Amino acid sequence: MSNGGGSYNAQNDSRAGSTGEPDMGTEPTGGFFSADYKKHDDLKQMLDSNKDNLKLEAMKRIVGMVAKGKDASDLFAAVVKNVVSKNIEVKKLVYVYLVRYAEEQQDLALLSIATFQRALKDPNQLIRASALRVLSSIRVPVIVPIMMLALKDSVVDMSPYVRKTAAHAIPKLYSLDPEQKDQLIQVIEKLLADKTTLVVGSAVMAFEELCPDRVDLIHKNYRKLCNLLVDVEEWGQVVIINMLTRYARTQFLDPNQQDVVADDDKNFYGDEDEKDSEEEEEDEEKEKTPPKKPYMMDPDHRLLLRNTKPLLQSRNAAVVMAVAQLYHHIAPKSEVGLVAKALVRLLRSHREIQHVVLSNVATLTTIRKGMFEPYLKSFFVRPSDPIHVRTLKLEILTNLATETSISTILREFQTYVTSSDKDFVAATIQAIGRCASSISEVTETCLNGLVGLLSNRNEYVVAESVVVIKKLLQMQPDSHSEIIQHMAKLADTITVPMARASILWMVGEYSDRVPKIAPDLLRKMAKNFINEEDIVKLQILNLAAKLCITNPKQTKLLCQYVLNLAKYDQNYDIRDRARFIRQLVSPAGEKGALGKHAKKIFLASKPAPVLDSSFKDRDQWQLGSLSHMINQRASGYSPLPDFPATAPDPTVRNVEVNPWQQVPMPWAEKTHKKKAGKPKKEAFYSDEEEESESESDSEESSSSSSESGSESESEDDSKSESGSDKEEKKSDEEAESSSSSSSESESSSESDSDSDSESEPDTKPQKKTPPPKSKSSAKPKKEAKQEVSLLDLEDIDMSSTSAPVPTPASALDVLSPSLASDLQGLSINDKKDTAISVTTPMFVSTTSHELLHRMTGEGLAANYRFTRGTCIYSTSMVPVELTFTNHTDSPVSNIRIGEKKLQAGMTLQEFPEIPTLPGGGSMSVSIGIDFKDTIQPANFQICTQDRKYNVSIKPPVGELLQAVTMSEADFTAQQSKLTGMNENSGKASIPSQHNNSKTITSRISELANVAPVFSSQDGLYRFAGKTVSGGTLLLVTVKVGEDNSASITVNCEKMAICSMLVKEVKQKLSQA
Amino acid sequence: MIHSLFMINSAGDIFMEKHWKSVISRSVCDYFFEEQQKANSPEDVNPVISTPHHYLIHIYRENIYFVAVCTTEVPPLFVIEFLHRVVDTFTDYFGDGGETAIKDNYVIVYELLEEMLDNGFPLATESNILKELIKPPNILRTVVNTVTGSSNLADTLPTGQLSNVPWRRAGVKYTNNEAYFDVIEEIDAIIDKQGSTVFADIQGVIDCCVKLSGMPDLTLSFMNPRILDDVSFHPCVRFKRWESERVLSFVPPDGNFRLISYHVGSQNMVAIPVYVKPNISFREGGGRFDVTVGPKQTMGKLVESVVITCAMPKVVLNMNLTPTQGTYTFDPVAKVLTWDVGKINPQKLPNLRGNISLQSGSPPPESNPAISVQFKIQQMAVSGLKVNRLDMYGESSPKKSFSFEKYKPFKGVKYLTKAGNFQVRT
Repeated sequence: MSNGGGSYNAQNDSRAGSTGEPDMGTEPTGGFFSADYKKHDDLKQMLDSNKDNLKLEAMKRIVGMVAKGKDASDLFAAVVKNVVSKNIEVKKLVYVYLVRYAEEQQDLALLSIATFQRALKDPNQLIRASALRVLSSIRVPVIVPIMMLALKDSVVDMSPYVRKTAAHAIPKLYSLDPEQKDQLIQVIEKLLADKTTLVVGSAVMAFEELCPDRVDLIHKNYRKLCNLLVDVEEWGQVVIINMLTRYARTQFLDPNQQDVVADDDKNFYGDEDEKDSEEEEEDEEKEKTPPKKPYMMDPDHRLLLRNTKPLLQSRNAAVVMAVAQLYHHIAPKSEVGLVAKALVRLLRSHREIQHVVLSNVATLTTIRKGMFEPYLKSFFVRPSDPIHVRTLKLEILTNLATETSISTILREFQTYVTSSDKDFVAATIQAIGRCASSISEVTETCLNGLVGLLSNRNEYVVAESVVVIKKLLQMQPDSHSEIIQHMAKLADTITVPMARASILWMVGEYSDRVPKIAPDLLRKMAKNFINEEDIVKLQILNLAAKLCITNPKQTKLLCQYVLNLAKYDQNYDIRDRARFIRQLVSPAGEKGALGKHAKKIFLASKPAPVLDSSFKDRDQWQLGSLSHMINQRASGYSPLPDFPATAPDPTVRNVEVNPWQQVPMPWAEKTHKKKAGKPKKEAFYSDEEEESESESDSEESSSSSSESGSESESEDDSKSESGSDKEEKKSDEEAESSSSSSSESESSSESDSDSDSESEPDTKPQKKTPPPKSKSSAKPKKEAKQEVSLLDLEDIDMSSTSAPVPTPASALDVLSPSLASDLQGLSINDKKDTAISVTTPMFVSTTSHELLHRMTGEGLAANYRFTRGTCIYSTSMVPVELTFTNHTDSPVSNIRIGEKKLQAGMTLQEFPEIPTLPGGGSMSVSIGIDFKDTIQPANFQICTQDRKYNVSIKPPVGELLQAVTMSEADFTAQQSKLTGMNENSGKASIPSQHNNSKTITSRISELANVAPVFSSQDGLYRFAGKTVSGGTLLLVTVKVGEDNSASITVNCEKMAICSMLVKEVKQKLSQA
Repeated sequence: MIHSLFMINSAGDIFMEKHWKSVISRSVCDYFFEEQQKANSPEDVNPVISTPHHYLIHIYRENIYFVAVCTTEVPPLFVIEFLHRVVDTFTDYFGDGGETAIKDNYVIVYELLEEMLDNGFPLATESNILKELIKPPNILRTVVNTVTGSSNLADTLPTGQLSNVPWRRAGVKYTNNEAYFDVIEEIDAIIDKQGSTVFADIQGVIDCCVKLSGMPDLTLSFMNPRILDDVSFHPCVRFKRWESERVLSFVPPDGNFRLISYHVGSQNMVAIPVYVKPNISFREGGGRFDVTVGPKQTMGKLVESVVITCAMPKVVLNMNLTPTQGTYTFDPVAKVLTWDVGKINPQKLPNLRGNISLQSGSPPPESNPAISVQFKIQQMAVSGLKVNRLDMYGESSPKKSFSFEKYKPFKGVKYLTKAGNFQVRT
């Protein structure tokens, strides 16, 4: 496009739609200001014309001015008119201009707002998105309310792309008007709950910019974020990982604090996947004997580490670095080593990346020496490295030096010393000094090497060696008098002040070892005193004073002479020093009380200097951060918090505890389509359709969402090609493709990277289907187990792995949950306007009740269990799982529900008839019962081929409920509506050992299917649920007093339920 | 995150600026210039500079400094990686990312920058998506645009960004379907004076040129995947599949892209295909130079395009040499000796010898210069990596229900070994 217009430098070319070839010859800046007025008139005319290519040409030139940083603000009025242009390109360039200048011309900018508002309602998602983008980029405070409205509309937009743009708009709006923060945080909360990979990265970015300390917003999304991470675009990954690092530091225990469980060490190398899960199983076993093991890694902590590990293989250096810092900060010691390889790989990249990576590695090596030792050679310096890279490499090599590697390193250093770059040589010599001081074995060798360098032709090399030798000698001064002699001789030739000063200091300090040379040296120095540098003069004074004390006979006069010279020196410090020394060594008259102590003062033994890495103090910064790079606090840097001493409640992250709810099903999509399909009639553009689909996607349960997302996308493509297909045909096909993708998990033709990750939860519930051959599929199974174990449900664990009979999965069994989740999604849809939404249960009971004893049933036994999901048959039904077990040897056939004797209004949905149940086998089916919110038992008959048994199910009151989430504000608001008759309260005393939030929360959720509501008060616990059948709200409040007494309040319109629940809660809480 | 971007050429002109938030005065670059002044060479400037109110993070490529201005804490690699991505995109669009190309295409550049970053946070960085949003320039289109007055902004808006395959655009159609894979390995090595290897490792990449219709799903498997131990992937590669089966399974982007890059560490033995026998000595006023190159472990392949460069010490005035093969040049200003050897004939080893003349009066240099070597070996991957097969599951039109219009793509694999950072100490 640009080639169609004038070139960047062509200012005077005013022909419209000019040449195709850019004019490269015009001078860079000339003619701009001279033709200024005329020029702008010219442009204005072109903008006012009604030919698109004239406008385009003008806009291109204006953008050129903007790009060069030239002022084009006086064209604002002329440009802003064109915001309505039909030509996309003109429009785009106008946007560019607007964003740049709107801040300066606020009044005029307002003219364009209406256009954007209109565009925000455009059926095309890309137009909506770009309108929102520009609108939010115009920094005009007057339009904040408009932006806020647009933003709120956009976060619930059907298109994930628009939602992503909305996430980007949040920080913009915040920087314009910080007072909107609270509202914006609500918006962020909504976006964080989004399940599309496109959106979450940006949502977390907004979260980080606005309210990085609101960890409570993350709890519910934590596991989702971990699971989606691999599929988020790379920039989002960086932001999410950084955020999760901080989150982990606040929520989990320090894995290195105490002795980590021994198994952790096992997965240093090798295939961690299997080990991980094994380890977790072990973890979980150990959890049963809690007091003995001091530390147990939280499964969520492990989840984060496991899910970030693949990202070490990202092509994006920033992602790799982010994972590296995550491991450094939150992983157990033994696992951090994993990141070394990836970091070393980055060293092949551009020099800037090298620089940053190396400085982070340098910090790492000060703390974790062993980690990079195998990669020692990768840090060898090449002559082509830029200077800062070389110094960093030297630093790292020095940090890595050990007894075993020191010989290799020293050999390298020897070659560096011959380099032509003097600064580098100096740095190398210092590095040698540090190695020598840290590794006592080689001190001698290094010292000899350095002494060898003293005869180098280059003075800087010699000087640097002298300084380093001085430091080394100070550590072990004995037995090195010949070196001191040698160096004293050097004082004649060497001119570098620092080196001279070092020699003088050394001779003075160890003058007893060179008793003859020292006075002579002082004599030479005194001769040349006035020409020396300041630091040398100070050392001459020192030397004089020391000699004067130890050897007054020879040097007293010399000392006087030097002191006299110093008295008239230009430098304050030297004059001061001279005065001070004179008082000490040659006290005038009787007052020299200090003189007695002169020896102590001057000849005290000095501690040897510690040669430390300059990167030692950098580990206070978060690795990989800007602050770490510049070694000072960058604005906006928040230090990583320390691990908490005791782990905060891990249950806050429990959201999707019910793994059965997440199976994507072929026909789930189908039913779904039919519902979602309705608005299609109004839909005009193909986009619209896609949006409605993707919208519903996001509201489905997480696992199925992206999968179906991908399908609907590609579907859309074909649609645009081939016009509109028949809806039915489409859904058939969809069913086909998604079923294939769930069974083959990855090889389906449509599967993309999303389906990869999705395959994990997908396979979970398919425990009964024949296991796929690939190794990877073994893993999800274990994971399923692990996830269950989060709840301590060993029973389920058992039954899922050791189900006695490999019954072929009854279609119903596998399919129902997703249908359920589908329906659940729909019910959320209905409730959209209120802030109360149905959530997954906190706890699912595993204990089953007896329905039919095997004696009564003549070998056929039946148990029932409340699964607390959403019933697949109707939302007003309570789902119940029936398990039939055949204790006889012969098969039982035709098991079904016979006559039902239900109370008025109650309904029961029966299960499809079980044709045969083999001897010794068992099978589970689900039924739904609408209890009409009463605890009346449901009586019915179970029939086999030849017998009938009367059975009854009596629901506990807690099972008539369904957990809902709401905000604290909503809770109190609803509670205030339910007073008087609708309130029931009681008191209980909680045994002190159970008086903690965890036990109370878990007990209540065990008792009744309610969800905890965030409470800002200590000792106040809130739970919310609604009755399954009537949908009436039920609120539980437990207030714990100081003396372990608790007052329980239940608010609900159904008074019977209310009073029963109070009684039960009372009982449950006071249990020992 | 990224607040503004300045592009500065080697002459120190700020020739383009772009602000994503409010405008930051270009005087902020003065801090950069200050730092630049201190450095001996453009590469020596510290990439991260801290100023009182801003943080300048820059990269130096194509003789241009791309200076990003940040105001708050941000991972420096994030910015650096993004800037490199910007330059890569320019190179992709204009053939080179140099100053002239940027100036010639300033409108496209500006539009690209606008699309790539929103409020300082990366928005669209995949080249396939960007190409759909903003068409790259080419001569034909330029002519057409000039004649018809149309623009090269896409009329239809892209769908790719919205899909779950963000790196591939929809509706790709080719008459000739082809997929080429180049396995390119570079040997990084440091060889010491005695000819023994101080350090050697291999950096490999697989670059692809895939032109296939529809949404092909490719699987690339290797004879010896164990070699690939330290790998980084293009986002399109399915990581799980690699972990479990050691095959690369992916839906490729359209056109050229880098599928994986890998590193074969120094722990493995690396075959060094050439040896260099240097014999350089200096004495007062002059010196001798004698270098022989020969093949070492070449696995029977021909070593081609051998170039030897040697940065001589500053005191060297001139060199008077005779090569037995190829040509040599000595740049008396930069003091760089370049010897273009060409192919190595094992029967008659190439040799370059002669005299060095030093500046009179100056002492002879204490150390000998390092020699760096360039070479190429066709049809060989030095690590031994071999592609086993490439399978494709593709449909030319993704949604014509059940009709899998199979096509047979043309497939090809090429191997190449080059010298990377190959240095011989003398």
